[in-house]
Amino acid sequence: MALSIEDIKKIAHLARIEVSESEATATLSKLTGILGLIEQMQAVDTTGIVPMSHAQELHQRLRDDVVTKTNQREAFQKNAPMLGNGSTQPAVAGGLYLVPKVIE
Amino acid sequence: MEWEVVIGLETHTQLQTNTKIFSGAPIKYGAEPNTQACEVSIALPGVLPVLNKQAVECAIKFGLAINAEIAQRSVFARKNYFYPDLPKGYQISQFELPVVGKGAVTIQVPAQGKKPAYEKVINITRAHLEEDAGKSVHGAVEGMSGIDLNRAGTPLLEIVTEPDMRSAAEAVAYAKQLHELVQWIGICDGNMQEGSFRCDVNVSVRHKGSEKLGTRREIKNLNSFKFMQQAIEYETRWQIETLEDGGSIHQATVLFNPDTGETRAMRSKEEANDYRYFPDPDLLPLMISAEDKARVQASMPELPEAMKARFEAEYGLSSYDTGALTSSRGLADYFVATVKAGAEAKQAANWVTGNVSAKLNAEDKSISSSAVPAEALAQLLHRITDGTISNNAAKEVFEAMWIGEGNADAIIEAKGLKQMSDSGAVEAIIDEVLAANVAMVEEYKAGKEKAFNALVGQIMKASKGKANPAQVNDLLMKKLKA
Repeated sequence: MALSIEDIKKIAHLARIEVSESEATATLSKLTGILGLIEQMQAVDTTGIVPMSHAQELHQRLRDDVVTKTNQREAFQKNAPMLGNGSTQPAVAGGLYLVPKVIE
Repeated sequence: MEWEVVIGLETHTQLQTNTKIFSGAPIKYGAEPNTQACEVSIALPGVLPVLNKQAVECAIKFGLAINAEIAQRSVFARKNYFYPDLPKGYQISQFELPVVGKGAVTIQVPAQGKKPAYEKVINITRAHLEEDAGKSVHGAVEGMSGIDLNRAGTPLLEIVTEPDMRSAAEAVAYAKQLHELVQWIGICDGNMQEGSFRCDVNVSVRHKGSEKLGTRREIKNLNSFKFMQQAIEYETRWQIETLEDGGSIHQATVLFNPDTGETRAMRSKEEANDYRYFPDPDLLPLMISAEDKARVQASMPELPEAMKARFEAEYGLSSYDTGALTSSRGLADYFVATVKAGAEAKQAANWVTGNVSAKLNAEDKSISSSAVPAEALAQLLHRITDGTISNNAAKEVFEAMWIGEGNADAIIEAKGLKQMSDSGAVEAIIDEVLAANVAMVEEYKAGKEKAFNALVGQIMKASKGKANPAQVNDLLMKKLKA
């Protein structure tokens, strides 16, 4: 599968990673190499083999439905990012975390 | 050219657990912002999800209830997208291997105009476990949005249908049926105002007879059946008109505005549906054994279909009555409690599906908030069967009980509704009426049967409704033949 520079830019955008033109070009050649490797692996006949979803042959342990977490809002909100413009105030108000306005 | 609408539903049901799907934080509705947002909910670095056993059992229950395949092995996946109420940058969901596979729900579509009621099977494609996102709050601080992560990590079961519905009525009938079912098996409280049961509806139109599906638009987050009906009807009309005017439909997510009754496309996202799912390496595959299924099966309540059949066999009730009684678990439980408290089954069925349901509908209440408990109703019904009051008087007593005037006996006493059991007093009234209506008596004697009923009516009126009609019939007959 041939990747284009547009594909790289799209993937970067989806992951919210800013890439310059030169970075995009370099990434294109690296990713093309990785995809070549995957193509080789895909040539192997895997008929009848269950796809692996985890490296270990274990299964999920379940937790009893019991409340174990207490309210630590105050401690967590001390860690909130600052309001910006050199502010030393965490971006919280009325118990809410503040973010730039979200428009639906 | 005739058009046909094709509808499929995706329903998010919030599961009835004490804690979140991947952490031990509580999920009580209405808590102060972020007081239930633990380190997992706010996605602090290094935290790991641990799956809630109860959420898995809810999923198994649902699978059993719709006769679905329950995956022996299912896998959690990351659905990647960026939004402020999703601090991890991905939602943990299931993609290729969901916990519940293909199943089916049989719906009853009510009669509309000349079209009679009918049954239809709606196929369920899958149901998968996932976590809910947080909530954005607007307007708290100027120019900013507030994020409350209490809801983040709340366990959801997303139930997806095949595009099997062909009208708004069918879609609403399915949604209502599913709403009852999840409450019946106790996996969801069904509270639509609080968002415990939310429907996304996929709507497309095509020429009747065509096999190919049209381009669909998805109506998001409908939280009432009335809005669902309106939204689908509007969207269907809009799509048909657009196509007939030579336009085309583009895949989009739309929102329904209850104030205008219209649907409107949300700002289209360029990279819509590019979620780049992949198995979540933080979670191992979920294994469900035959023993797990058997254990959950043993804890399942009797399902509506089975209960309906049992009511028919045990109480000799009609299919119509049992259908109405098992339309919700609350109603069925209420009926059973009424019978247990001594009421006769057929009479109890009539009252529960009649007077009681009418009152609940009129006041938009559910049976659990019935102003007359089952035991109180049974007491009232007992007073009809033992001849203390007439059926008509019972309705009056019921009205009074509903507004809290007391129990049946107290109201019968206070309102003086007791039927006359003293035959002497009834005879005296009959004599009076006969004396005052000589012409009618002559008519009856001349062979006019109708005059008899007219006389009964007069006697009942004279007794202010307190005479026992059966007794009046007997005594009057004797007197006229004398």
